[in-house]
Amino acid sequence: MISLLAAIAIAVLTIGGALFSLIAAIGLNRLPDLYTRMHSASKAGTVGSGLLLLAVGLHAADIATFGRAVAGIVFFILTAPISAHLLARAAHKVGYKLSSASVRDDMMS
Amino acid sequence: MTPELIVEYASVVAIVILVIALLMTVYRVVVGPTLPDRVIALDMLVGIVIGFIAVIALRTGYTLYIDIAIALGLVGFLATVAFARFILARGRVGEGEGVEAGPGQSKQSAKTKATKNVKASKPAGSLGKEAK
Repeated sequence: MISLLAAIAIAVLTIGGALFSLIAAIGLNRLPDLYTRMHSASKAGTVGSGLLLLAVGLHAADIATFGRAVAGIVFFILTAPISAHLLARAAHKVGYKLSSASVRDDMMS
Repeated sequence: MTPELIVEYASVVAIVILVIALLMTVYRVVVGPTLPDRVIALDMLVGIVIGFIAVIALRTGYTLYIDIAIALGLVGFLATVAFARFILARGRVGEGEGVEAGPGQSKQSAKTKATKNVKASKPAGSLGKEAK
């Protein structure tokens, strides 16, 4: 049995995480070029899955499960910027152009 | 309204939202004009599936699903890193390729870009042999 307050918190976290994932997917479809899509997918997507994992950890009401959920969130927060950075750097180096709406490109050499 | 019922309804709503997000991301994987676009969409797909696994863990109460989510996150990270190395090793894209492609892009131009991609990847194969 869980208290009403905990249930409301879990429900808010679950729907909030799902909405963050939806925002990331909308950004992936609406943004103009590769690099802006990357920013949407890596940031909003990480927050979405992180909030859902946190909801599971709270729902279990068990310190071992909560610890594993937090470990998973930390892992995703650590790895998402690394993979996005590697992919953006590779794409820029290989010559994929920015959208025409971009104002400046600091890596242009 | 009991607390269990609140969590149950919230998880159903979350699954519906996640299905919409998953379908939009699959659309980007299919349409995505260039290879990095598809790689980003696949990375995002892994994130959404991790969310799905978390909601299933919430509904069933099997906390072992969290370990599966962590393992899937590791696999997704490694796949993205490997794809980034592959894009780097494939060599430079041709001129005029990789220009902005909005959501309103026509199917025809996407097809021509795909053929260009194939052409661009041909010299990369010989480049890889030289490296060996």
